[in-house]
Amino acid sequence: MDKMPKWADVALIPFLNLTLAFAISMAVIAAIGQDPFEAVKLMVTGALGSSYGWGYTLYYATNFIFTGLAVSIAFQAALFNIGGEGQAVLGGLGVALVCLYIPFPHWTVAILFAMLGGALFGALWAAIPAYLQAKRGSHVVITTIMFNFIAASLLNYVLVNLLRPKGSMDPASARFPETTNLPTFHDLLSPFGIAFSKSAPVNVSFIVAVVACIVVYLLLFRSRIGYEIRSFGQSQSASVYAGISPVKITMIAMLLSGGLAGMMSINNTMGESERLILNSVEGAGFIGIAVALMGRNHPFGVFLAALLFGFLYQGGGELALWLSIPRELVLVIQGLVILFTGALDNMIRMPVERAFIRAAKRAEARDAKQKEA
Amino acid sequence: MTEHQNGTGQQSSAAPAIELRGISKAFGPVQANKDISISVQPGTIHGIIGENGAGKSTLMSILYGFYKADEGQVFINGQETQIPDSQAAIRAGIGMVFQHFKLVENFSVLENVILGVEEGALLRPSLAKARKELKALAEEYELRVDPDALIEDLGVGKQQRVEILKALYRQADILILDEPTGVLTPAEADHLFRILDGLRAQGKTIILITHKLREIMEYTDTVSVMRRGQMTDTVKTKDTSPEKLAELMVGRKVLLSVDKVPAKPGENVLEIENLRVIDDQGVERVKGIDLNVRAGEILGIAGVSGNGQSELMEVLGGYAQATGSVRLKGQELDLTGKKSDARSRRERGIAHVPEDRQSRGLIMEFPAWQNMIFGYHNDPEIQKNALLMDNSKMVEITQDKMDRFDVRPPHPHLAAKSFSGGNQQKIIVAREIERNPDLLIVGQPTRGVDIGAIEFIHKQIVALRDQGKAILLVSVELEEILSLSDRIAVMFDGHIMGERMPADTNEQELGLLMAGENGSGENGGQA
Repeated sequence: MDKMPKWADVALIPFLNLTLAFAISMAVIAAIGQDPFEAVKLMVTGALGSSYGWGYTLYYATNFIFTGLAVSIAFQAALFNIGGEGQAVLGGLGVALVCLYIPFPHWTVAILFAMLGGALFGALWAAIPAYLQAKRGSHVVITTIMFNFIAASLLNYVLVNLLRPKGSMDPASARFPETTNLPTFHDLLSPFGIAFSKSAPVNVSFIVAVVACIVVYLLLFRSRIGYEIRSFGQSQSASVYAGISPVKITMIAMLLSGGLAGMMSINNTMGESERLILNSVEGAGFIGIAVALMGRNHPFGVFLAALLFGFLYQGGGELALWLSIPRELVLVIQGLVILFTGALDNMIRMPVERAFIRAAKRAEARDAKQKEA
Repeated sequence: MTEHQNGTGQQSSAAPAIELRGISKAFGPVQANKDISISVQPGTIHGIIGENGAGKSTLMSILYGFYKADEGQVFINGQETQIPDSQAAIRAGIGMVFQHFKLVENFSVLENVILGVEEGALLRPSLAKARKELKALAEEYELRVDPDALIEDLGVGKQQRVEILKALYRQADILILDEPTGVLTPAEADHLFRILDGLRAQGKTIILITHKLREIMEYTDTVSVMRRGQMTDTVKTKDTSPEKLAELMVGRKVLLSVDKVPAKPGENVLEIENLRVIDDQGVERVKGIDLNVRAGEILGIAGVSGNGQSELMEVLGGYAQATGSVRLKGQELDLTGKKSDARSRRERGIAHVPEDRQSRGLIMEFPAWQNMIFGYHNDPEIQKNALLMDNSKMVEITQDKMDRFDVRPPHPHLAAKSFSGGNQQKIIVAREIERNPDLLIVGQPTRGVDIGAIEFIHKQIVALRDQGKAILLVSVELEEILSLSDRIAVMFDGHIMGERMPADTNEQELGLLMAGENGSGENGGQA
């Protein structure tokens, strides 16, 4: 026994990490003079206590699934795509153009084209840093960060100067035609007699996100290109020996990554705001990094981590609403979760691993003794 | 020689320099060391041999504080000693020279020597002290190295001396050397053993881990043999023979020489003309060589590592660009363009066992079944449909190859890093040889590989030759070159110094060629 059992690795360790993060969060809440138990209760009921809460939790989770997958797929190729934010911004532009300028008979057709439009714009935005990395060796971390700023300015320009309807003071596009509006869970579930909050934004995009997890899983772990991506991520020198082209893999992984980030916009732009607005990504591109980190760059891990961060987002929003807790404290809680699940993972892992090994040794020794007796 | 015989002869007179009692260490289900006891007398050279994975490195790592033994005690000079980390090992007077040197490349010799044992915040006094001490050591032990030279400018032989100096500077009385001659020329190796002789004469104790029986026989006083985690025997070297030791290591009789019929070379398969390779730094590493390999023939390329052999293999394997002309079965190979990549090379029928199995040949984190198809992952045979690969088929193929190539343990789902060096190499050989290639290029096929596996890998290479395939073998092991090759070319400084037939040459002559001395006056192309 030189390792701990798999369940401890994938379930127990994250659980302990989260417990610690929440314990410290509660201590901080207590320190600013609020009742920490009240706060936890508020968070849980706010995020999970009603279909309204669930509706928001899942809506946020949808964003995080897309951006988490985006970061993961690049990371499997040892590329750190920090540009999910900018790629999602551009994805929003792609979605908006599709929705505004192509007349669709029904949302089912519209969503397919919107996915393509969002993915295409996101991928193109990732393609420039990818090319610079593959051909010129400019580090993708630096260039993708810079591209986030460029994306934000570009969107600003496009909204103010090009897409803003005449006479509007709001830097936002016109409303999308109604045939492109996506059904929410309320619309999807009421035919079956299931009541779901009407005002919660979670929509059919969530299902697309779940399918995306499965597709990314198959791509990474069952397909040739995934095999090449993972090989390249593990060892570039070995990959070259195997005839895997670094330029090709860098480009493909980054295009897929940017495409997934861009696809997020079917949720926030097409599904929720139903027009293109400034700042609609709301940092989801950066949360995606934490989600990928916590989900170990595995699509199923990303799914679970995205749910957790959806919960934190929604529950945290509730906290700020009902208690006199500054909104920034929510960021503290999220930061602690990231810190413990990502950066300080080994702090918990090592002692737990040792404990398991010791326990296994003792059991072995006992068995040996029993055999002798 | 009388001195150390006294040392080993009178067991009771002095406390042993190192005594291990009942050392056991397990990694999961693998018992790496089991109840190992040895005692090494001061002022002797004690050899430890054993197959890869026999537990030699684990044992030494316990002694150097990298691992903690599950059971057992360590005595240094008769005192029971706890060695929780390498600092404690150094305090106990143990110094280690690793197979892969642990030196800072762009530091000077002096800076490397004091690294970690600087005294005070300012470097100058420490450097001055070290300079004086190095001078004394150099005179005492023939350990001459320019203290101000940068490590990256030194050859491997000198770098190794720096490692030894580091250990001595830290007052080591016990020196452990792990496969020290792996990267040395015969002359450098001789020099090393002169140094070790000198150290022994001064009463230092030396533990030599090696897989070369010749070194054990020539230089050690006592030798311990390990097999499958256990110490099978400890004997005086003069009372044993290479054959006996090999048998103890493997547990059965071993053929020390390669058993093969004379080659029946056919047509030229590979023709190289005026090949030149310039590396990333703009240095010309291969300086216009001509070579040919015929069907049914093993061409061995001898040479000290770093004389252009690696670059030659990289060009043939498809991951370095070159100028000149290379023809495979009469057809020109692309040396710079789109078809110069490794995948195109494989499609042309070149299989490749790379020199560095850990950084090239395998993805260490991947399980064996994903490594067994590495480089051949586009084969139609292992695709389920246009999109997905057939994972269960790959596992099946791997299981079959593991059984036939005797890869141990035969678990396809085990990560490559969990196999011993010899078994990793068998995975690569199993993958490359069965592609039925026209040309097999093999680099250092048995580096860090145990005797049992060496025998097996050599047999596979010879069998492929007997099927009429061309084989280009690059090895720094002269013994391997001499016993396996049908024809030998020696490389030095990017040139071919000459070709010899194995029957008409010997280690001395090849050694001279490897050192750039063109003894016979044959045209080696000294530009």
